[in-house]
Amino acid sequence: MTKVPVQFVLNGEEKAEFVESGATLLRALREKIGDTSVKAGCQQGTCGSCAVVVDGELRLSCLTLAERCGGCSIETTGGLAHGEVLHPLQRAFNEGFATQCGFCTPGMIMAAKALLDRNPQPSREDVVEAISGNICRCTGYEPIIQAILAAARANSLSAA
Amino acid sequence: MGLALKTYPTLTAAGEALAAQATARYIGGGTLVVRDANEGDLRFDTYVSASDPELSAIAVTDGQATIGAGVTMAGIVREPALGFLAPAAKAVGGPAIRNMATVGGNLFAPTPYGDFTVALVALDASLDIEGAAVPVTDFLTGRETIYARALVRAVSFRLPAEGSFRFAKVSRIRPKGLSIVTIAAVVEERSGAITSARIAYGCMADRPIRAPAVERALIGKARTKDGIAAALAVATEGTSPPTDAIASAWYRSEVLPVHLGRLLLSP
Amino acid sequence: MELRKTYFADERKDDLKEIGQPRLRSDALGHVTGTTTFFADRNLPGLLHLKMVRSPHHHARIRSIDLSEAEKHPGVVRILTAADVPHNVYTILILIQVGPEDETVLATDKVRWKGEAVVAILADSERAAQEAAAKVKVDYEVLPAVLSIEEALAPGAPIVNEYHGQNYYRYDSGECRKVRYGDVEAGFAGADHILEQTYGSGPIEHAPTETTGCIVVPEGSGRFTCYTNTQAMFFTLDNASIILQMDGAKLHMVGGTVGGGFGGKVDVTVEPIAILGAKLTGRPVSFIYSREEEMQISSPRAAEKLVIKDGVMKDGRIVARYVKAYIDAGAYSRHSPYGAQKSAAHFPGPYTVPNVWVDSYCVYTNRTPSSAMRGFGVTIGDFALEVQMDKLARLVGMDPLEFRFVNAYRDGDMKAHRQPTEGAALIECMQEASRAARWPVAEKYLAMSSARREG
Repeated sequence: MTKVPVQFVLNGEEKAEFVESGATLLRALREKIGDTSVKAGCQQGTCGSCAVVVDGELRLSCLTLAERCGGCSIETTGGLAHGEVLHPLQRAFNEGFATQCGFCTPGMIMAAKALLDRNPQPSREDVVEAISGNICRCTGYEPIIQAILAAARANSLSAA
Repeated sequence: MGLALKTYPTLTAAGEALAAQATARYIGGGTLVVRDANEGDLRFDTYVSASDPELSAIAVTDGQATIGAGVTMAGIVREPALGFLAPAAKAVGGPAIRNMATVGGNLFAPTPYGDFTVALVALDASLDIEGAAVPVTDFLTGRETIYARALVRAVSFRLPAEGSFRFAKVSRIRPKGLSIVTIAAVVEERSGAITSARIAYGCMADRPIRAPAVERALIGKARTKDGIAAALAVATEGTSPPTDAIASAWYRSEVLPVHLGRLLLSP
Repeated sequence: MELRKTYFADERKDDLKEIGQPRLRSDALGHVTGTTTFFADRNLPGLLHLKMVRSPHHHARIRSIDLSEAEKHPGVVRILTAADVPHNVYTILILIQVGPEDETVLATDKVRWKGEAVVAILADSERAAQEAAAKVKVDYEVLPAVLSIEEALAPGAPIVNEYHGQNYYRYDSGECRKVRYGDVEAGFAGADHILEQTYGSGPIEHAPTETTGCIVVPEGSGRFTCYTNTQAMFFTLDNASIILQMDGAKLHMVGGTVGGGFGGKVDVTVEPIAILGAKLTGRPVSFIYSREEEMQISSPRAAEKLVIKDGVMKDGRIVARYVKAYIDAGAYSRHSPYGAQKSAAHFPGPYTVPNVWVDSYCVYTNRTPSSAMRGFGVTIGDFALEVQMDKLARLVGMDPLEFRFVNAYRDGDMKAHRQPTEGAALIECMQEASRAARWPVAEKYLAMSSARREG
């Protein structure tokens, strides 16, 4: 099995690893780098549990080859908090009961972050569209939608 | 054996590598082929990709659009000159999938996927396969045989007249869900009568198809409830819809005329 | 959130300090930071991957299994067959004396559902395990399959599960669980109307986002640590102990964090074989269902068929209720004998009916074994009952909500199981629902109480 070097920035930190050529970004993050905030839910591109932000774009790490991410900047939920200070989305999910089993949460937060980075004041419809590739089997989505809208409001207050 | 990725600077070089190795598969956005690998498809052990920037180019000039096969659905949505196609590109997956899935890949997406290709069929698109111009319907007919390992460089089509393109994807879950039926239409009218019509269906066969009986029945008619009645009466002609977890063949046949009627009559 | 304290105000002390107060979930901080540790969130050197070779047939006899090619495949460390499993035939509920043992951990002479585990491959990588699995040659003699409750109970039907000898579970009460109360025939004879309807449901998959799985680590102490997402830790521990004929003290089960369960993770399907693999190889073993396995192999909610016959008076009183319930267990018992029993215990629903007859059957078919899912044995019955209630209301020309007030059980009413009703609150729930849904009912229903009957 050929191992190839891959170098990228993960949550602001330089990472360099040898991965199997053809290995997914999901595997590289979880098994090589140890960022297990990225979850393997379906590995078919259906559930969104593995969603990460690559160079500002939401992507599914289960269908992305690690080798193709050389030189990219990757963000995951595991790197979102600054020490004990939570990102507004994390705070809103926590306080708004937007998690239940927690398995979809990191991917859901990444999908929401990709939205808010582009569109800081989204409509409810925008939010529903932004998380339409993420499956949550517990909450029924409503608390998640409300949490994302709350995070957007909190952002606008802190910006004002 | 593990999987390997081999990247070539040009599509031609990638094509040669693909031809030389039966266990290689081309990877575009990865949403089909990596999924297969993850599901344990043992028929291939090598991904072949091309880094040719031409593959992600979009050109719209003189009423003709040419879209590189590597352009993503998100890339289509972002292109102002292709605004009419945005609903078809948005019909594919969620935001993450749209940032990855390509126009070329969508051509190969098996039913119930491949919503964007339904639009290409209605647009009567032509594919650039190794320099040859192949009508999209010919490609689809030979998709699992003569074109199974074809490398598509680009798709091109004449821009439809303003307001003549219509698209609808019907699914059980909003805003995202697998298709029950997808319909794309290019319907041109003059003086209150339909002068030309191209109608394409997704999920009404094992691949996107045209609906020639509907097209014939629309010519010369007004785009009104009465005018399209004859076309709706033959809506299912030539179809052989699948039964899957989303809908039965019976259900698809029952709802097709309803959705076709709504699409044709929408303002 | 509002806590309505007007109901049952005289029945409790009003000193609630926590109820009605919002409290943050204790686990949410881990979830939102991605630091909650799910079973698969660990990397272990030397980890082996277990891949199951499964039956492609609904029902077949196994003539032979040829492992010669698979064993030679690069990366394969060990292949497990039925002969490796110390106690290969088990049933989960044997722990509470619900037998017989009727399911093979790995198939021996027969497979009884499409997807049944036959051979387990342990290899260095998932890919190697998959490749070797494709090289296992199983010679099957395909047998006629029974794929519905009706086919299973038809005379002369092929026997699905020889450990039972017939296509239904035999309880100590006979071929079904029974409830007998009053005289239903007399009830029907005196009724103004009779309505008999049949209801059916298909299997339902829980589809948790995290698939079923475990990682087992052999410890130097001779113990095995099993990181699992089971919802039933002690069922798993005890059944693994029985299947592996291993002292429970040697099995250290670590769980508690489940990425969605909904009842779908109460069976014992991955842990025993993964522990066995770790024991026989001395290496850590990971056995995680693919999404396809989760959808097709993990047990769903049972399909059910329900026949409900009611006798009702013009004034809305239900005077007799007769129910025949059939629960499709699939090929093996798992939790379904209990589910069918729950079904019997649930009828006639939260209504007071003087004459009740219930027969509830646990039926075997060549389908994926069904098991627990949120109120199994009850939920589908409730669907059928409440549709039936609407139909009955229409039949006697009553408002469907008022019809339910007429029949609602209240404290002191004798239930069909000969337990007097205590702590009923259906009347109050419906009163509140009437207001919340703006579905008005007559004043006399708003004056009712679960605590006592009027007059």
